[in-house]
Amino acid sequence: MRHLLDFGGWTRQEVESLLDTAKVMAEVLQRPVKKVPALQGFTVATVFFEPSTRTRLSFELAARRMSADVVSFTAQTSSLQKGESYKDTLLTLEAMGVDAYVIRADAAGVPHQATRWVKGVVVNGGDGRRAHPTQALLDAYTLLEALGSLEGKKIAIVGDILHSRVARSNAELLPLLGAEVWCAGPPSLLPQALPGARLTPSLEEALAEADAVMVLRLQRERMEAGLVNLQDYIAHYQVTEARLRRAKPQAPLLHPGPMNRDVELEGTLADSERSLVARQVQNGVAVRMAVLYHLLVGKERA
Amino acid sequence: MILIKNVRLVDALGERGPADVLIGEGRILSLEGGDAPQVVEGRGLFLAPGFLDLHAHLREPGEEVKEDLATGLQAAVRGGYTDLVSMPNTKPPVDTPEAVGALKEKAARLGLARLHPAAALTQGQEGLRLTEAGLLKAAGAALLTDDGRTNEDAGVLALGLIQAAPLGLPVAVHAEDASLRRGGVMNDGRLADLLGLPGNPPEAEAARIARDLEVLRYALRRSPVPPRLHVQHLSTRRGLELLREAKRAGLPVTAEATPHHLTLTEEGLRGFDPLFKVAPPLRTQEDREALLEGLLDGTLDAIATDHAPHTLAEKEQDLLRAPFGIPSLEVAFPLLYTELHQKRGLPLPRLVALFTDGPRKVLGLPPLHLVEGAEASLVLLSPQERPVDPSRFASKARFSPWAGALLGGWPVLTLVAGRVVHQALEP
Repeated sequence: MRHLLDFGGWTRQEVESLLDTAKVMAEVLQRPVKKVPALQGFTVATVFFEPSTRTRLSFELAARRMSADVVSFTAQTSSLQKGESYKDTLLTLEAMGVDAYVIRADAAGVPHQATRWVKGVVVNGGDGRRAHPTQALLDAYTLLEALGSLEGKKIAIVGDILHSRVARSNAELLPLLGAEVWCAGPPSLLPQALPGARLTPSLEEALAEADAVMVLRLQRERMEAGLVNLQDYIAHYQVTEARLRRAKPQAPLLHPGPMNRDVELEGTLADSERSLVARQVQNGVAVRMAVLYHLLVGKERA
Repeated sequence: MILIKNVRLVDALGERGPADVLIGEGRILSLEGGDAPQVVEGRGLFLAPGFLDLHAHLREPGEEVKEDLATGLQAAVRGGYTDLVSMPNTKPPVDTPEAVGALKEKAARLGLARLHPAAALTQGQEGLRLTEAGLLKAAGAALLTDDGRTNEDAGVLALGLIQAAPLGLPVAVHAEDASLRRGGVMNDGRLADLLGLPGNPPEAEAARIARDLEVLRYALRRSPVPPRLHVQHLSTRRGLELLREAKRAGLPVTAEATPHHLTLTEEGLRGFDPLFKVAPPLRTQEDREALLEGLLDGTLDAIATDHAPHTLAEKEQDLLRAPFGIPSLEVAFPLLYTELHQKRGLPLPRLVALFTDGPRKVLGLPPLHLVEGAEASLVLLSPQERPVDPSRFASKARFSPWAGALLGGWPVLTLVAGRVVHQALEP
C-alpha cells in the first residue's frame, strides 16, 4: 500500500517498524541542527479543506525537517460549497509536481477518494469522523514511551466517541499493539459498534484499572444538536482527579487537543504530572516524519 | 406497417409464441403475420409492452445542465420506456397548470417517450398550501407529489388526498421522517459507524409510512371517492411489512422500488464512492431480500427508476456534499432482467408486469397486453449480453455504479403507438 488512510489491513510488525523509525526521527529532533536531507527533492502538500492549525504545522515541520519542499493549501468549507472542488484542487497541485498530499477534510472518505484522482501518495490528516491515523500513531508512540509496552494494557478513551476520528483510529491501532481499548461516553455519543474497542456508557467501568486515559474534546455543535447537555456531561463524564482514582496509580492522561478545560477534564489535571499532552504534540512531528519517510523513501507501507 | 417475425411474446399474462406481430395504424393488427414494408427478424428476441416509469427526474426547467426533456426522453426510449412520469422538483417546481402544459407540449414535439408530468402537491413544494389539483389534472398532470421533499404536515397531506381523489389523481409520497433522518447520507448502522458517515435510519422510512397510512385511513373515511396513496422508492424491510399489512387490510395504497435498491446494498459505499449515494439510502442485504419478496408477493406494484441525473463534477465531491441519485433509465430493465430474472429466477412475465401493468395501475391506466387491437407501444428485447457503457448514455449523466457490468435484456426497438422511437437492431 502506498498511502496512509487508516489501519485496515495493517500488521503489528508494520506498526512497530514505523514507530521504530519515529524513534530515529525523535533523535534527529534532539540535535542542535534538527534537519536531515532524507526528503530532499520531494514536495509535500498539506491540503486542508477543514481548518486545523496544529496538525498542519506538525506535518509541515515534519516535512521541512527532512528537507522536503512544502506547499500548503487551506480552504474554508464555505468556499468549497461555492463550487470549488476537491478534485480540481488536487489535480492543480499534481500539475505542480507534488509527491505527497496530506489531506484533512470534514467529510469521511476524502483521502480515499483522492487516491483515485492523484498519482502521489496520500496521507490522511483527519477525515470527518472516520480516521486520524497519524494522531493515533503519535498517541501509540507516546503511550509506549510512558508504559514501555501496550501488551495487555487497558486504555480508556472518554468523550464523544461517535463523532471522533481519534477514537476510531486508536481503536484500530492500539489493539494491534496488544492493548485493550475501552470507549466510554454518553449513550447518544456512542456508535453501535467500533471494531477493536469495547463500548460502555459507564465512565467508571472504562476507568477501572485503566493503564492510561485518553480524553476527547466535547464539541459545542453536539450540544447545539441536542445530543448532550453540558451540565449533565460534566456531572457524569468529566474526567476528574477523584474519578481517576479508579484507574491505575499514575495512569497517564492524553488529549488530542484542543482542550476545553473544566468541560471534558478537570482543568488542573491538564497541567498535572500525569498529563502527556505536550509530549503528544512533540512526538507528533517525529511520527509524521516517519510516516512521510516510509511512504516517500521506503516506497512500502510503513 | 412493421412485421416482427418469430418473436416470443412476454407480458403480464405470460410468455407465448413465437408469433409474427403485424403493427400498423398504431395498433397490433395481427399476431399471425401479414405483409409489411419493414420486416424485423425477431428470432431469439422477445417482445413486451412498452415500459412506464413512474419516477424520473428530467431536471427541466431549471437544471438543464444535468438533463433536459430531449436527453431524458431519449434515454427513456433507449431503456424501453414508452411512457414516463417526470418529477416536479425542478427549479422552479412544477406547481402550475401552465408549467405542466408547457412540459406536455414540448415533450409531444420531441416525439420520443410520452411524458406524464407529476405536479407538486403543494405550492412551491413547501408543504403548506395545496396546488390546484383540478386545473393541474386538466393540463395533463398524472399524479401529485412533493417528491424530494417530505410532507411534514399530515393535515395538508390528508387534504391533498381528499382533493385529488375525485380527479382520479394518485398522491405519491417520499416517505421519510426528516427529523429522524437528520443529516444522514447513508444507511444508519454498523457500516455507517465504521465509515464515520452520518446515518439515515431505516426507522425514518417506516415511521413516515406508518403515519401516512393513518393519514390515508383518515382521508378514506372523509372522502366520498377513495383516495389513492402511492409510496415511492421503498427501501426497508419494515416499510414493506407495513405496506403489506395495509394492502391486506384493503387500503388503496401502491408502492414502487428502484433498480438500485433491488440490486445494491450499503456495502457499495465501503470505498467512499458517491456514485452509491442515493435517497433513501442503499440498505442492508436483509432489506434487499425483503424488497425482492415484495416483488413476488405483490406488495410492490412497480419498479420505478428514480432516474436522478447530476453532473459528474457534482458526483465527484465528498460524501457529505455530493448530491443523491443515480441515472438509470437506460439500464433499468437489462439490470433487473439479469439480476432478478436470470440470477434470482423472478419469472419474466412478473418482471415485465412490474415495468408495465403495475405502474399503469398506479396511474389508473388500463393494462397493456400483447393482443390484437392493442396499442402498439412496444419494446423488443435482446437477451444478448453487453457491458454497461455510461459514456454512451443518451442521458447527460454519464456515470453509473453498474459501469462495465455485463447485462442482457437490452431494448433493441422501441415503438410508441406504432412509431419507431429507438432502434438498435443488428444490421
